[in-house]
Amino acid sequence: MEDKYLSEQILRMSGVNPKKCMKCGKCSATCPAYDEMEYHPHQFVTMVQKGRIEELMNSKSIYMCLSCFACLERCPRNVEPAKLIEAVRLAVVRQQGMNHMKPDDVPALLNSDLPQQAIVTAMRKYNK
Amino acid sequence: MHRIGVFVCWCGSNIAATVDVKRVAEAVKSEPGVVFSTDYQYMCSENGQATIRNAIKEYKLDGIVVCSCSPRMHEATFRKTALTAGLNPYMVEIANIREQCSWIHKDMPEGTEKAIILARAAIAKVQRNAPLVAGSSPVTKRALVIGGGIAGIQTALDVAEAGYEVDIVEKSPTIGGRMAQLDKTFPTLDCAACILTPKMVDASQNEKINLITYAELESVSGFVGNFTAKIRKKARYVDEDKCTGCGVCTEKCPSRKGLNEFNMGLNTRGAVYIPFAQAIPNVAVIDKNQCLHFRTGKCGLCEKNCSAGAIKFDQTEEILERQYGAIIVATGFKPIDASAFDEYAYCQSKDVVTSLEFERLMNAAGPSKGTLVCPSDGRHPKEIVFVQCVGSRCSSDASKGKEYCSKICCMYTAKHAMLVREKYPDVKVHVFYIDVRTPGKNFDEFYRRAVEQYDVDYIKGQVGKVSVENGRLHVQGSNLIDNEQVHIDCDMVVLATAIEPDPTARSIGTMLTASMDTNDFFTEAHPKLRPVESPTAGVFLSGVCQGPKDIPETVAQASAAAAKVIGLLSKDSLTCNPCVAHSDPLLCNGCSQCENVCPYGAISYEDREVRGPEFRGVKRVAVVNEAVCQGCGACTVTCPSTAMDLKGFSNEQIMSEVDAICR
Amino acid sequence: MPVKNENWTPTIVAFCCNWCSYAGADLAGSSRLSYPANVKIIRIPCSCRLNPLFVLRAFQRGADGVILCGCHPGDCHYTTGNYYARRRMTLLFSMLDYLGIDRRRTRVEWVSAAEGAKFSATMNDFAKTITELGENKKLGDLRCKE
Repeated sequence: MEDKYLSEQILRMSGVNPKKCMKCGKCSATCPAYDEMEYHPHQFVTMVQKGRIEELMNSKSIYMCLSCFACLERCPRNVEPAKLIEAVRLAVVRQQGMNHMKPDDVPALLNSDLPQQAIVTAMRKYNK
Repeated sequence: MHRIGVFVCWCGSNIAATVDVKRVAEAVKSEPGVVFSTDYQYMCSENGQATIRNAIKEYKLDGIVVCSCSPRMHEATFRKTALTAGLNPYMVEIANIREQCSWIHKDMPEGTEKAIILARAAIAKVQRNAPLVAGSSPVTKRALVIGGGIAGIQTALDVAEAGYEVDIVEKSPTIGGRMAQLDKTFPTLDCAACILTPKMVDASQNEKINLITYAELESVSGFVGNFTAKIRKKARYVDEDKCTGCGVCTEKCPSRKGLNEFNMGLNTRGAVYIPFAQAIPNVAVIDKNQCLHFRTGKCGLCEKNCSAGAIKFDQTEEILERQYGAIIVATGFKPIDASAFDEYAYCQSKDVVTSLEFERLMNAAGPSKGTLVCPSDGRHPKEIVFVQCVGSRCSSDASKGKEYCSKICCMYTAKHAMLVREKYPDVKVHVFYIDVRTPGKNFDEFYRRAVEQYDVDYIKGQVGKVSVENGRLHVQGSNLIDNEQVHIDCDMVVLATAIEPDPTARSIGTMLTASMDTNDFFTEAHPKLRPVESPTAGVFLSGVCQGPKDIPETVAQASAAAAKVIGLLSKDSLTCNPCVAHSDPLLCNGCSQCENVCPYGAISYEDREVRGPEFRGVKRVAVVNEAVCQGCGACTVTCPSTAMDLKGFSNEQIMSEVDAICR
Repeated sequence: MPVKNENWTPTIVAFCCNWCSYAGADLAGSSRLSYPANVKIIRIPCSCRLNPLFVLRAFQRGADGVILCGCHPGDCHYTTGNYYARRRMTLLFSMLDYLGIDRRRTRVEWVSAAEGAKFSATMNDFAKTITELGENKKLGDLRCKE
């Protein structure tokens, strides 16, 4: 019951229709963060379709996505996997106390190679 | 008021078991206009038909209603019966009391009641019937084939074989089309040129076939059996009759920078050129934009060196106007532009090629004389990646690509992979596929041979990115079965690009008023039962212009189209369907709405002198070409002034039926 | 309010295109798939031949339901006729409430020549709907009578 509610929520938030996917794997082929991920972009699409949302929510993969949108740009079926990943991430961080990044973490991450904007973006991406 | 006879059929017990036929015959006697009614066991039998014929004569009937089976079954029969008794066949109406009454109802009173009402409706309709005469139009016994590829050549040969004249209009300087560019053909691996060029020669030597190359269709008017086409024959600047095809001019030409279209631009040619060695007609052509003589007025080397005196710098284009009875569209296809898919680095590296370019690279007559080399630097490739479904099977809302499957790519990719492995066993070959689609005779066996015998590495997944790294290509793709991202460094990437209709198809479709789908493929008259005809009468479809298909299918369709054309041309005149639209010039206000909805382009407008009670003078009115109109009736409903009506299904007739049923 | 008539059965007019739905009706017949006898079929060459006025005429003369059957979209014998029919009927149906006719008394259905079963089912369902809706009000003819 909850799974159904969750998957409907994910579909509504992302605006993605996973049924359009023809399982070509071009999203995972193009993904620069592939090796860091437990579940790959094409798996996100099938898992959402099958209602396996909790597994995705508990996976580190959702924070590994760089939001580069290459999968979205190159998908021949216009499925937009990046939006699904984004939606699952939001479903996690919107819960009480589930912010992925706390302000206290920031000083440790600072280094001269990292543009400040990246930190700001990460705060926006990983927090509610 | 017509004198109507009603004939109720028992159809053995098929009707008589649930419909009281005697009561029906009795009940309709009181209908206005009915002067005779009877019933008989089998109306369609010879005796039944004799009953009808006798009654027509005896009671001077001028309208007939037969209450029997579906008109789809015996309408034609009873129309003929009426004709033999001297009655106009369109004064016959059928009340369908079998399929739509006796067979679906079990209750006798209920069935009888319905049969009476159906008979009344038919009587009411026939009261408003008018005798119709089917017109006829003569047939010009010559066919026009648009496109000189394998589809056009095959259709032309078959039509010529039956003894009719055929003109082939080809926009490029030679016939042969795409098939001439191919190396080998799947699944038999016979050489394309070896099987095509004899057909090209046949076409050129057949006295019934007239090749009009380097020419384009300018306009088409007319209708089935009577088309008039204007053909613009571009200037070759070479006299076709004098040129012997010796090729001296092509060697002497100092301007060498033209991209060789036949080799997909992989090498260059002179400004005066013969597309390929077996070109037909084997005549040179001058590219005006490239030729130094036209650009600077100085050169003229070809003219000086031509011993036949065939170079004609002053040649101009000409317009030919000819009559045709049938037109066959065989405009073919082209591969889509791969540069839209920049993730495959098609524009970044010369070593990323499309499949048709690869065909030329493998071809013995190609730019590398059949030796497989990387186009960038001529080195021998060690590893090649093939990518399938480039631009095919994309969703309609995707920013690029085609929605359909291009059908031939799976097979030609297997062919390429196999040929490479056969010729160069040292080359590693990978194929990225989404699905391998092999529905065809010996197709799957062929693909399995590539995998099992030739050790081609088929990877289920798609390529996401190709990048140029240190002069080689880095391919990043996914292997969905092993659930891993694969990275391959290779020397060449071959893109199995989708195919799309030739860009000229749209304008030709508009000229012919032949309908097309959203992809610019021509639509067939019926997807199953009339696959080689366009819905526009007299226009036939041959080859890929109708949808992606391989060579055997193309040839089959080309011959099928030819059979249809021969059937048409064998007639001296065409009988038209008399149930066509006609416009009342008194009511017509020339608003052009009917023209817009007509799927056949049957309606035109002319200024006519009209003499009516309310208007006298010349006005613009709609005129229906009865030979072209198919009688759908779309125009009758769209007409705001009720000027347009459909013979045989007029407003009055249908209204009378409605009234009779709702009485 | 119309007078309740115990013996009332609805009058239903079905316009069927010659190429698909009329053939579908024939198939329903040859497959002996029954539907109510008060459905009467009028054959038209194409669904696009149906003038909206014919529908109004039927209601004016006392029809209780009018249904149009044509080829499936994309299968029209005349290529595009059923698209015109669909648009015209949508427009007509949107005005029916204004004319005082319950919209459920009209319907457009696509029935192919192979769908005898669908034809019969469609007619059964439509006849049931009309029977439930009861007797229709006749549309008045406001033109001067001669």
